[in-house]
Amino acid sequence: MKKNHYELIIVGSGPAGLTAGLYAARARIDHLVIEKGAAGGQILLTDWVDNYPGFPDGLSGFDLAEKMEAHARRFGLNTLTANVVSMDLSVTPKIIILEDGAQLSCTSLIICSGARPKRLNIPGEIAFTGKGVSYCATCDAPFYRDLHVAVVGGGNSAVQEASYLTKFASRVTLIHRRDTLRATKIVQEKAFANKKIDFILSSQVTAIEGDKGVERIQLIDNDGRKTTLAVDGIFILIGVIPNNEMLPLDLLQAEHNGFIPTDNETRTAIPGVMAAGDIRSKEMRQIVNAAGEGATAVLAAEHYLNHLTI
Amino acid sequence: MASDKIPAIDDAAFQTAISSDVPCLVDFWAPWCGPCKAIGPVIEDLAEEFKGQVTILKMNVDDNPVTPGKFGIRAIPTLILFKSGEVVDQITGAVGKKQLVDLINKAL
Repeated sequence: MKKNHYELIIVGSGPAGLTAGLYAARARIDHLVIEKGAAGGQILLTDWVDNYPGFPDGLSGFDLAEKMEAHARRFGLNTLTANVVSMDLSVTPKIIILEDGAQLSCTSLIICSGARPKRLNIPGEIAFTGKGVSYCATCDAPFYRDLHVAVVGGGNSAVQEASYLTKFASRVTLIHRRDTLRATKIVQEKAFANKKIDFILSSQVTAIEGDKGVERIQLIDNDGRKTTLAVDGIFILIGVIPNNEMLPLDLLQAEHNGFIPTDNETRTAIPGVMAAGDIRSKEMRQIVNAAGEGATAVLAAEHYLNHLTI
Repeated sequence: MASDKIPAIDDAAFQTAISSDVPCLVDFWAPWCGPCKAIGPVIEDLAEEFKGQVTILKMNVDDNPVTPGKFGIRAIPTLILFKSGEVVDQITGAVGKKQLVDLINKAL
C-alpha cells in the first residue's frame, strides 16, 4: 500500500523547503517534500546569486538550486512531484489535497509555497506575455540581443537584472515610480556605472502596445506628463505576490496582502503548522533567510511532534 | 531541459513533425532557463500519460533559431500545440500540470 501519512509534510521546494527537507532528513523525521516542478523555486529565475554565504565567486540560481537539492538528497530527502490544491488544517491529522484528487495527511506541516512575480495589471500586459512582456530576465534576455528593453521596478531584482540584460540588449531603460531606487547600494552602483542603462524615475507604465509583439510603452510621470517609449520588450520586476491559493487564509490569520504571519520560531496561528521563506509575512525576502527559516521550522515541527507523544 | 524520455527536434525536421494529424506539443527550451527545468518533470509525466494520443517534442532554442523566430517566441518555456500543421494554442511560462492538460485537451 502506498504511504499517505507523514509526521511532517513540507509544501514547496525553494530554498526554504529544501533546507527544511535537509534538516528533516538529518533529524530522521518521517517527512515528505511536495514540489510542483523541479526544485529551486524562484532562485531558478535568478541569473546570478552573489549574496549567499559560502560561495565567494557567486553562482547561478540554477546551480544553487541543484546544489541545495543534491545536499538534501545526500541525507535521504523524500519528495513527491505534485500540485497541492487545498488543505484542511482544522482537523487532526492535517489533510493535504493534491490536484489529481489524492489526499495525504500529516501531523505537522511546513508551508514553503513561496511567491511569484507581481503583475502591473495594465493593458497589453497579458496579451503580450511571452511576446515581449517577461518576468524573468535570466530566461528571456538572450531573445533581446541588440534590442532596446525596458525594466520596470527599483528593487534588487529589477536593478540587478537590468545590469544582466545589458549583456544582450543594446540599451536598457529602467523605469521606477519613485525618484530613488530601493536596491542595495552595491547593486545600484553597478547599474549607474553601466553606460547601456538609462533611467526614467518618478514614472509609471500605463500601457504596453504593439502589433504582433511589444513595440512601445506608454508612460506617465508623477506630474501627469505622458510620453511614449519605443521598446522591443519589457521586463516587469516589481516584487512578488504570495502563492497562497491552496491555503486556509482565515485559519492562518493571513495578512491583508496574503502573506502568513508567524512567531520567531516560524509557528503560524495553527498548532503544528509552520511557514518559512517568501510566503512568511516579513520585510526581507532573500535566499539566505528563507534557508534559515526552513531550518527553524523543522526544529519547531520536531518540538511539536515530541510534545504530542509525551 | 533535455530529456531522455522526450525526443528532441530541430529546425530541419520541424515542419514534418507538426504536420501530422496526431496533435504535437513542442516544448521550446534552453539550458540556461530555470523555469524550463522546473517544468521538465511535468512534461515527462504528460508524455507518459498521453502516449499514443499526443506527440511531445523538445526544441532547444539555442541550437535552432529559425523555428522560434517564425513563431515570435520571446520567452521560454513556451509550449505550442500543433495539429495538422496549424497552431491550436500556446502557453508561456512554467505553468502547472492542469493547465498543460487543459491545453493538450484542446486538440483531442
